[in-house]
Amino acid sequence: MNLHIKNGLVVDTVAATTQATDLFIVDGKIAGTGSAPEGFKAEQTIDAVDCWIMPGLIDCQARLRDPGEPEKANIESETEAAIKNGITSLCIPPDTQPPIDNSATVELIHHRNEVFGHQARIYPIGALTRGLGGEQLSNMASLRDNGCIAFSNAKHRLANNLVQRRAMEYASGQQSLVIIQPLDHDLLGNGCAHEGAIATRLGLPAIPEAAETAALAKDIELVAQTGARTHFGQLSCARSVDMIRRAKAKGLPITADCAIHQLFLTDHDIGNFDSNMLTIPPLRSQYDRDALREGVADGTIDCLCSDHQPHEVDAKLKPFPSAEAGISGLDTLLPLALRLVEEGVLPLAELIARLTVNPATILGLPGGRIEVGEVADLIIVDKESHWTCNASNFISKGKNTAFAGWDFHGCVTHTLVDGNIVYQA
Amino acid sequence: MPSSNIQLDDNGKLRHFLSIEGLNREILNEILDTAESFTSVADRTIKKVPILRGKTVANLFFEASTRTRSTFELAEQRLSADILSLNVDTSATVKGESLLDTLQNLEAMQIDMFVIRHQDSGSAYFFAQHVRPGVSVLNAGDGQHEHPTQAMLDMYTIRHYKQDFSSLRVAIVGDILHSRVARSQIHALNLLNTGEVRVIAPRTLLPVDTESLGVSVYEDLEKGLDGVDVIIMLRLQKERMRGALLPSEKEYFRKFGLSQERLRLAKPDAIVMHPGPANRGVEIESSVMDGAQSVILQQVSFGISVRMAVMSMIVGQSGLQSGADA
Repeated sequence: MNLHIKNGLVVDTVAATTQATDLFIVDGKIAGTGSAPEGFKAEQTIDAVDCWIMPGLIDCQARLRDPGEPEKANIESETEAAIKNGITSLCIPPDTQPPIDNSATVELIHHRNEVFGHQARIYPIGALTRGLGGEQLSNMASLRDNGCIAFSNAKHRLANNLVQRRAMEYASGQQSLVIIQPLDHDLLGNGCAHEGAIATRLGLPAIPEAAETAALAKDIELVAQTGARTHFGQLSCARSVDMIRRAKAKGLPITADCAIHQLFLTDHDIGNFDSNMLTIPPLRSQYDRDALREGVADGTIDCLCSDHQPHEVDAKLKPFPSAEAGISGLDTLLPLALRLVEEGVLPLAELIARLTVNPATILGLPGGRIEVGEVADLIIVDKESHWTCNASNFISKGKNTAFAGWDFHGCVTHTLVDGNIVYQA
Repeated sequence: MPSSNIQLDDNGKLRHFLSIEGLNREILNEILDTAESFTSVADRTIKKVPILRGKTVANLFFEASTRTRSTFELAEQRLSADILSLNVDTSATVKGESLLDTLQNLEAMQIDMFVIRHQDSGSAYFFAQHVRPGVSVLNAGDGQHEHPTQAMLDMYTIRHYKQDFSSLRVAIVGDILHSRVARSQIHALNLLNTGEVRVIAPRTLLPVDTESLGVSVYEDLEKGLDGVDVIIMLRLQKERMRGALLPSEKEYFRKFGLSQERLRLAKPDAIVMHPGPANRGVEIESSVMDGAQSVILQQVSFGISVRMAVMSMIVGQSGLQSGADA
């Protein structure tokens, strides 16, 4: 289909500019910007006046709970939430049930997305070890051939440093990216809140910063040892930002992301034991939050993700330490990103780059940029509309938001995947 | 900041009793005064008043307890309540019933008041947020968060022996990190305007930023005991040796055990308290525990009056002036 999007403000995530430009789409690809390609005849025209046109967001960490936990969510519900919220690509960590450690599970996920999905792209991240057990390497080469874009042990423990070293070497030998969420399980213990005055007062078992930073220091050393290209996910501490910054300055092949909620919430938000504020890593101090924002601004943190973890109501309907961790994040990813722009963290195009071209480049995915020849995964965002966050309006099956009552602006009016309009408000 | 308003009704009266934090000095004093009016009940031949007549109180203990549970039960009986006591760890939740289901099933039996002990910090708030209007929750210890009735009986004991809080130095010694009793005591002592609150413990048993609770921190028992009026010893759980928190009971006693000799560092008329159960020879020497300055057994008997006071305030009665006859 030939599509003409006119009068919109195009967010160029590569040149870091936002300017009024028309877009022309032919056969699922961007065929022209500014002026129509020769012989272009529009079959459909969208008037995007007062709207931004951006690449579809690429969420580098979102759990869809499929296969395995249908009470929480599934591919059908979560891909619908994604496309209605401007997310066209979802990278899913391997801790499904069963884990993504064999080709059959990868195929099952792709099959379900074809049959039930709402046309968002799903990219499985393979398990680094069999069953995520931390002992034996998974069949990474086969998994990669079947479409795993990277390898990770998610939040599961690796047996020891030797296993980690070997896993990183093997993945690296397959030209695969390793994704690590730095976590020392002994220091994590049964902790459920940031170690600080709030946890002290509430008597909540605490998670020290070293649960992340001690692991990260070791992980960075293993990157230096193995040369394995490594992405660090969901950082939460000021000291982690500093360590990544220094490791990058040394030229190590390292990238990093953080969950977008970490840029807004702190341990103060736990309030009266609000289990919607229970996350791992935990919501940390204002100091950490500010340092993460700085890291996003100066490029130390390359990407932002939703760290989407939808839950059924009962999972959160428990006393704080017994509730399940995680925030349902697909419905709030774009509005929070726009809020970071409003709050002056970064100009729009640079901020959106952390949700588009940066993850695309790191993970080797299509999309993420608006250029002639690139796939037409695009979203149109009405920049004037205002709304108040209310979990009952969430498209995601998980209503466990930490942002109920927040005022947002910016609303997705169209989502295109491969040039097809898969959602229209 | 947790707003603890859920504990109070629109008129500022007690509705639930969940944590000392969030209450005010007036309520704490009212509890102490009300408790005082109940101590005479214990001396009567018939130790009953009808304040909770026709009300049903459920004691829900998800964690073992001897002292707290039995004094709650006695307090309920002396207030003429109907009582249902459950050790929940051995009943429904083992069969997979959710906490809320357990609570709601009991509510269906027209329970008016729940006394709950649970291993999760914040569980008392959780229950209070989910009971029906008109049903009250009393926290009998939630994880490492608070144990407010224990703190109030400790305040009662201190007031009984020392009267004015503002001139007092109080030392709390031992495992602050895991202690819900310590957290409640610290809030209560500060609300009652205590001159100085000290905590004394090895660093592994102190939570980070302990000072932010409004205390001065000592890692040396002898310095910390210097000139104090009240010494509150906390129980040291033996499990702590396993988690690499402490080297041995012997070394703990050597550095942090309360001996006769160390007791002499405190004021000559200092009182020694312990919420129990105590480990003789670990945190406290037997001769101190049984000595003249020990008020440990008095604490237990005051516990009944204080719990009677809290329960009667929740049903809207302060003391014996109304419904005094049995």
